[in-house]
Amino acid sequence: MIPILFIVSILIFFFTHLIPGDPARLVAGKDATLEEVNIIRAELGLDKPIWDQYITYMSNLFQGDLGTSLKTGLPVSEMFADRFMPSIYLTFMSMGWALLLGLLIGTLSAVFKNKWPDYLGMVTAVSGISMPGFWLGLILIQIFSVQLGWFPTGGAESWKSYILPSLTLGAGIMSMLARFTRSSLLETLRADFIRTGRAKGLKESVVIPKHALRNSLIPVVTIAGLQFGFLLGGSVVVETVFSFPGMGRLLIDSIAFRDYPVIQAEMLLFSIEFILVNLIVDIMYSMLNPKIRYAS
Amino acid sequence: MEKLLQVNQLETQFTKDKEKLKILRGVSFHINKGEVLGLVGESGCGKSLTSLSIMKLFKGTSGEIAGGRIVFKGEDLTHRSEREMRKIRGKQMAMIFQEPMTSLNPVMKIGEQLLEPIRLHLDLNEKQAKEHVIYILKKVGIPRAEEIIYEFPHQLSGGMRQRIMIAMAMSCNPQLLIADEPTTALDVTIQAQILELMKQLQKEEGMSVLLITHDLGVVAEMCDRVAVMYAGRVVEEANVFDLFESPKHPYTKGLIGSVPKIGQRKDKLTSIKGNVPDPSNMPKGCKFAPRCNDAKAICFEEEPNATDLGNGRMCSCWMFEEGRENVYA
Repeated sequence: MIPILFIVSILIFFFTHLIPGDPARLVAGKDATLEEVNIIRAELGLDKPIWDQYITYMSNLFQGDLGTSLKTGLPVSEMFADRFMPSIYLTFMSMGWALLLGLLIGTLSAVFKNKWPDYLGMVTAVSGISMPGFWLGLILIQIFSVQLGWFPTGGAESWKSYILPSLTLGAGIMSMLARFTRSSLLETLRADFIRTGRAKGLKESVVIPKHALRNSLIPVVTIAGLQFGFLLGGSVVVETVFSFPGMGRLLIDSIAFRDYPVIQAEMLLFSIEFILVNLIVDIMYSMLNPKIRYAS
Repeated sequence: MEKLLQVNQLETQFTKDKEKLKILRGVSFHINKGEVLGLVGESGCGKSLTSLSIMKLFKGTSGEIAGGRIVFKGEDLTHRSEREMRKIRGKQMAMIFQEPMTSLNPVMKIGEQLLEPIRLHLDLNEKQAKEHVIYILKKVGIPRAEEIIYEFPHQLSGGMRQRIMIAMAMSCNPQLLIADEPTTALDVTIQAQILELMKQLQKEEGMSVLLITHDLGVVAEMCDRVAVMYAGRVVEEANVFDLFESPKHPYTKGLIGSVPKIGQRKDKLTSIKGNVPDPSNMPKGCKFAPRCNDAKAICFEEEPNATDLGNGRMCSCWMFEEGRENVYA
């Protein structure tokens, strides 16, 4: 994990600095003279060679210092403090209901293959995948916030503010999980051991969850883990649509301002989250599949 | 002798693209109490489907019984509901399959899988059920049964897994055990062990066995009587000695003739010419006629009925059709 993060930090740092635009110019303002801009550039340490900048950045990082925002002058960690948890809640809520509904729809579709629950489920899934997040978000706001008035249009004040953004964010993953669950379960249902279960006299309500579903979950977990990365990226769009005070919107603002320390810190955080999720996926593999458990 | 299972003119069909396709076209045979009946035939003749039909294990396929009767212990199962069939499956008739590698759930411990039918069908508490699992495992010759129950299928060899399958099938003392090619996937020495075990258990428990196989060696070793299937029908039924001594149906003759004999040198093995007909494109008349060396004009016109040849022998061939023997005179 540490070597991966190290390489990631290099990539993030250099790619961030590849973004066209000059933060010193932005800080100094439109009317500043070249000299003023140069002074600010030196203050920010941006005049040094990029390797020097990287080494400074890394040594600060090891001391737990994520740097200072070029835009606000506040320490990055302080800026993250009240934005990190709302984003985490949002991500996990999205993942939570994407897993719940995805598995449910996928299972029902497989069990009632080529019957109306299957058609309904797959229509939902295809719509979920095809609808862009910002569009779905706007539609949901229009229906549930503006017309029905059930949920606020934005912000993160109460649990109600999380419902629509998390639905929007999770829709794509939910749909993908539903499709994967369906195809994986259909394959498992053809397996010999399912027939063994039925030949024992077991009910379908035992065969499906106990024998079939657990065997079908391995590919589903893989997809869920990979999709988690998209959740992090997707939150950028969704947080903007719902004016949600989270990490995603901060990222957009920071990129607009070329606020290097904030962008870098945020990308690093996303990477850590992603690596952690994949670690959890690996652990879940071994829980689901005894072959992996005993091999290691 | 008392009949445990009587299958009469059983027809099973599948629906594909709204078209119905009959795979079993009137299968008839019976199994007496405490006997081993071998069901033999080429691949695709409907042996396995016959066994699935008896248990009515059609879930997940479009298969259904389209005609005929299955009478088990004097009761007609043909129109039994799923719910009623579930009480019979695993308890009164149990099944073991060809592939021990894939017939056990890979993510469940052996013990859990063995407990399922016991908890379902036998009135035992948790401790008794567990003791029963150990007892039955020891009975099928599993060493260190107390440890095996905590292991997963992939930790066991094919032969061991087939023993587990047998233990599972035997756990509720079924009167009928259906064994669908139980040794095909195993290597020869293990085959012999498994067959021996089955024979021994069958004698001890006095249960009946329907042994599906295409291996005539297994038939000779294990069976009391044999039913030979061809293209979705039983074409000959006889006790094992009569069958090998004097096969009546040309197909049976071909099958027995194609077994190579030790001590006999031949450049080419005997075989039956041609292939099993495609169920969607069955020939008219006797389905074996196109491959039969003795076929006459009538064989291509009309399908012969089963004729009782006495001593429990049945054969469906125009050669023996009553009153029509002149065809072959």
